Amino acid sequence: MSESSLRVVWVYPDLLSTYGDRGNALVVERRARQRHLNVTRIDVRSDQAIPTSGDIYLIGGGEDRPQRLAAERLRADSGLVRASENGAIIFGVCAGFQIMGHEFINDLGEREPGLGLLDVWTQRGEGARCVGDVLADVDPRLGLPQLTGFENHQGVTHLGQGVQPFANVSVGRGNGTGDGTEGAWRDTVFGTYLHGPVLARNPAVADMLIKLALDVNALPPADTTWYDALRAERIAAATRPA
Amino acid sequence: MAGTESEPTGARDASLPARAKIAVTAGRVAAAVSRKAGRGSGSVIGGKVALKLDPDLLATLADHLDVVLVSATNGKTTTTRLIAEALRAAGPVVSNALGANMPAGITSALAGGSEARFGVIEVDEKYLATVARDTRPKAIALLNLSRDQLDRAAETRMMAEKWREGLQDTEAVVIANADDPLVTWAASSCKKVVWVAAGQAWKEDAWSCPACGGVMQRPGDDWFCQECGFRRPNPHWALQGTHVIDPQRGAWPIQLQLPGRANLANATSSAAVAAVFGVSPQVALERMRSVTAVAGRYDVVQYQGRDIRLLLAKNPAGWLETFSLIDGPPAPVILSVNALDADGTDTSWLWDVDYERLAGHPVFVMGQRKLDLAVRLEVAGLQFHVVDTLEQAVRMAPPGRIEAIANYTAFQQLRKVVAG
Repeated sequence: MSESSLRVVWVYPDLLSTYGDRGNALVVERRARQRHLNVTRIDVRSDQAIPTSGDIYLIGGGEDRPQRLAAERLRADSGLVRASENGAIIFGVCAGFQIMGHEFINDLGEREPGLGLLDVWTQRGEGARCVGDVLADVDPRLGLPQLTGFENHQGVTHLGQGVQPFANVSVGRGNGTGDGTEGAWRDTVFGTYLHGPVLARNPAVADMLIKLALDVNALPPADTTWYDALRAERIAAATRPA
Repeated sequence: MAGTESEPTGARDASLPARAKIAVTAGRVAAAVSRKAGRGSGSVIGGKVALKLDPDLLATLADHLDVVLVSATNGKTTTTRLIAEALRAAGPVVSNALGANMPAGITSALAGGSEARFGVIEVDEKYLATVARDTRPKAIALLNLSRDQLDRAAETRMMAEKWREGLQDTEAVVIANADDPLVTWAASSCKKVVWVAAGQAWKEDAWSCPACGGVMQRPGDDWFCQECGFRRPNPHWALQGTHVIDPQRGAWPIQLQLPGRANLANATSSAAVAAVFGVSPQVALERMRSVTAVAGRYDVVQYQGRDIRLLLAKNPAGWLETFSLIDGPPAPVILSVNALDADGTDTSWLWDVDYERLAGHPVFVMGQRKLDLAVRLEVAGLQFHVVDTLEQAVRMAPPGRIEAIANYTAFQQLRKVVAG
């Protein structure tokens, strides 16, 4: 990619944009523009081909049926897998995270193959749905502050040898496996259960995606006053005894 | 029991079966106790007590009425009110006008309307099939379906499927919005459907075909699925600009006191419902003109010497319709958002709303989740002020009528504050 431009691909907003997922695209765009980068956002509908030339791919959350449709179309398209092989940054949330794994349980109760971009597989939880505020400590290798977000899912996502937990929850359920793990990552591919949207609650994660795309260690500073205020409020709310 | 528009006279109570009579009386007592204790109108608790004593009470009460059910994600309270006004041309109406729209509140409302000929009932989306089974309606109006309260509500397509299954055997005339693919799919298995082209600004919940999952094509006002052929039906009635077009192509001007495109759509659906009962569009629309504020919505109030218009917007589709009706810049705009249980506790939906449309307005944000709003507006590139109270916002606002847009509990709080 050229030094000053960034191609952000938002995958399947027609299917995977149920939980304010547009916010993740808007925040990446905004944070990049604040650094005077030339940003092109490409929204790819599920009857269009996924371009392989993107720098950052965002995949959002969705309901069970659209999730199955998205997985079917993404498998048939193969653009995302090729982009990943080229080293693109991929960031998936909730249903999008599950699709990035080996398999998940679809709306028909059947095992649905994913894309295998992350070494994870998802079963359907037996207990109550995981709903509520989440706090989590990110894998220290990523050098990110505490994560805050909102989870709303029924999945139980198991991690294989090929990935690391993205974070470990201090409040909330995360992957639903009971071991406190939240999300998964390897190289430049990330999955999380957190909504909020997660990048609006955690602009440092948006900045990390931009840094990875530019292959730089630092970005010029950009104001985080309101993000910081929101983070402080949500962290306090999540840790307040009920 | 309260929450109804006509006082209970007891005339029909005498004709009720003994069990229903006891249940109605017990419900009234419970409601009165609740009211005296200062806990609201008591209509829900009254209905709950009555239904416990007589589980068939709703059916019994509806038996003597020509019932109209109104359901939707947005606009059901207002449309219920418009239909009620229109049908008063043909006879007395009982209605759950205050929006208690689940079985207990509905039972309570009907128990208060012993003299009525029509029962015009707003129904929560989740209870539509049940209430339709119990009340055997003559007409059912289906206005729209879109995302709402994601942390606990069912998926929109699941809701459409519930409607479709629950209504397929209904004898009612179903008045359905042909511009909403989810509503169309829900209604298209019914025997008698009157299609209304009422428009739909929000399209983000119907990009996949509800029938087959194919990608919906939406050229202009039309929509269709290329894969299975499911498509927009030809409407019998239509909203065209500010006119209702009837099935004979007659055009009737809509002159509401309520603002906005969404209310023109609500009036169009209401005229189609009224026609089912022999009330002409001319008479129906004339009567709808008398409706001003509905449960405080659209009310222009005085506060601290300023005019404030109170607008309720509970979900992305509602915000979109609301932005289209507010005064243009430089009208000051106050936004207030809460995330209590009644609002849904997940605020992610703020990112589905195009706040960019407020560019040029002085904007003030408040409410329990004002910081979520602040980040949303910062990313939208807007100028805004974060305030703690309505008074503070009003003091800072430049001259002109203030538009105050709030979600559910934030709206109730604003009403309380302006009422002193």
